[in-house]
Amino acid sequence: MSEKKPALWLRIFSFLVYLYFYLPILILIVFSFNTQKLNVRWEGFTLKWYEVLFNDSNVMLATRNTLIIAFISTLVATVIGTMAALALQRYRFPGYTLIESILYIPVIIPEVVMGISLLAFFALIKFQLGLVTITISHIAFNIPFVTLVVRARLHGFDKSIEEASMDLGANELTTFWRVTLPTIMPGVLSGAMLAFTLSLDDYVITYFSAGPGATTLPLRVFSMVRFAVTPEVNALSTLWVLTVLVILLISQVVQKRQT
Amino acid sequence: MDEFAVEMRDVVKIFPTPEGGEVAAVNHVTLQIKHGEFFSMLGPSGCGKTTSLRMMAGFEWPTEGEIFIDGAAMGRTPPYLRPINTVFQSYALFQHMSVFQNVAFGLEMEHVPKKEIEHRVGAALEMVKLSGMSRRKPKQLSGGQQQRVALARALIKRPAVLLLDEPLGALDLKLRKEMQLELKALQKEVGITFVYVTHDQEEALTMSDRIAVMSQGKVLQIGTPVEIYERPNCRFVADFIGETNFLKGKVKKIERGLLTVELPDFSQEIKGMGHENLAVGQDVSVSIRPEKIRLEDDNNTTAVEEDKDNILRGKVLATAYVGSDTRIIVDIGHDIHMVVWEQNNISTLDPQAYYVADDKVLVHLPFENTLVLPEGVA
Ligand SMILES: Nc1ncnc2c1ncn2[C@@H]1O[C@H](COP(=O)(O)OP(=O)(O)OP(=O)(O)O)[C@@H](O)[C@H]1O
Ligand SMILES: [Mg+2]
Repeated sequence: MSEKKPALWLRIFSFLVYLYFYLPILILIVFSFNTQKLNVRWEGFTLKWYEVLFNDSNVMLATRNTLIIAFISTLVATVIGTMAALALQRYRFPGYTLIESILYIPVIIPEVVMGISLLAFFALIKFQLGLVTITISHIAFNIPFVTLVVRARLHGFDKSIEEASMDLGANELTTFWRVTLPTIMPGVLSGAMLAFTLSLDDYVITYFSAGPGATTLPLRVFSMVRFAVTPEVNALSTLWVLTVLVILLISQVVQKRQT
Repeated sequence: MDEFAVEMRDVVKIFPTPEGGEVAAVNHVTLQIKHGEFFSMLGPSGCGKTTSLRMMAGFEWPTEGEIFIDGAAMGRTPPYLRPINTVFQSYALFQHMSVFQNVAFGLEMEHVPKKEIEHRVGAALEMVKLSGMSRRKPKQLSGGQQQRVALARALIKRPAVLLLDEPLGALDLKLRKEMQLELKALQKEVGITFVYVTHDQEEALTMSDRIAVMSQGKVLQIGTPVEIYERPNCRFVADFIGETNFLKGKVKKIERGLLTVELPDFSQEIKGMGHENLAVGQDVSVSIRPEKIRLEDDNNTTAVEEDKDNILRGKVLATAYVGSDTRIIVDIGHDIHMVVWEQNNISTLDPQAYYVADDKVLVHLPFENTLVLPEGVA
């Protein structure tokens, strides 16, 4: 690869784009350390809002719920989504095109529609709304995303490596664990990462399937900012950004190591 | 131990085509491969070589017929239970594993103790001259080196039969020639039966003990390289293996192994060797290899009659000096051109010693090298 430096105007332009991305977040982070309660003027440094945050039992409960939902829905959606991707890659059957396209409908239709339909569905089967229904909903919208990402990775997958594995004495199951899965692992991990972040910050669908009792972090934040954005919310958002950043970095490192 | 390492008995493989039809990729193939043999399957693209190999390996099942390995009918035995290993054309190396892990994989599946695996992988890598590379990933190797890993990975299982599907197809010519010799030497050394698929006739001739020539799902002829080259059993085989000249004719007389063929284009008959199942009146192709033809200056006086050679009159159209021999195109009339290779066993700079365009020549076709062939196999 050539190590040529980009032109000056290109560097300035890129800088502006990055500024546009990150300035609001930067401001938010800065104000999370502000002693004043309103996000207008800098007065002095404090960690008070983080203290308030960690003592807010509602926020802590919502965080716990969010993480549990994200973990479970990611796990289940990754398994099912990967299986779907493998099946679509490997088999041809009547109605293939139809099955393939309706799989992606949750990606395309507005979230509100999906949220309402899930709510209607749970009401119909008289399923008590709560953490379970949120998790089920998250699994539902995550599956197609995982499938999309894994299929991209499967494109150009050389199925002769599976034949080679069987040729060398591995049965179908061993072949899957030792050859197929490790080969598509980068795709599976990216899919899982995407599912995790989607679940972490989903508001619309969660709102419809949450019911009165259960709350997640996005729901909690929305109710907190109904009147004003407090520094406590700033602190929460800062931690959130940090968490996502760490996940992103880990995934980058993992991907680098894989290739 | 059964007499044959691999046997295909009247095997048919039919695939559905995307258009809704059917294609017989392998069409009633019967063949027997002996233990320790280097057996090649040779034929043009799409003739069913890979399909045959895949059925032996167990990746496909015959639509009809049966495949026997070491005397045992294979039926629908999965690949991992067959005493057969494959070297894939694409190598099919496991990219996420090191060279060592790739080669060790087959032994791990047999639950061979760790110590023994290490020992045997080391020996296998040494055999294919890759000793220093066991920690590398396949991507960090050249094409030829990857090819050797694929070979080591299959051979370490000590299979009864090793299947190789155009294993040298992706290599450049020089490396290819080198690997041909190495493979052949390796096969002698390990004594394993090799079934080798190629569409390169020269490769098949140099490496094989026996060759099966295939076309459109059928085996046309099975024989040693010499048999296939010197005594092809039909026009297709003669045409596919090496270079040759064809003349069209009709069988007129058969006596004591010598056939007389009438050439309708010429007011002449020629004599040649032919299979006993040819019949008088049958349409045939007469094949004469370019290196078996002898030219002689035509000074118009000689009586054209001999008891060992057919003699045709012709005129040199063009010549090409290629060092070891000179390739001469002779027009024998009726728009029929014959290619003749004259070995340059003379060593002179005198241009008079070589044929040039417009020279009148007598074309000698020895009876024993004039092959009378049916259009297809019976
Ligand atoms: N899975 C399949 N489905 C449908 N048709 C197939 C399939 N595999 C092979 N064929 C057809 O069977 C015929 C023989 O194919 P095969 O791959 O055995 O040829 P080959 O002799 O190995 O050719 P090549 O030298 O090009 O590799 C071809 O016409 C091919 O199109
Ligand atoms: Mg092939």
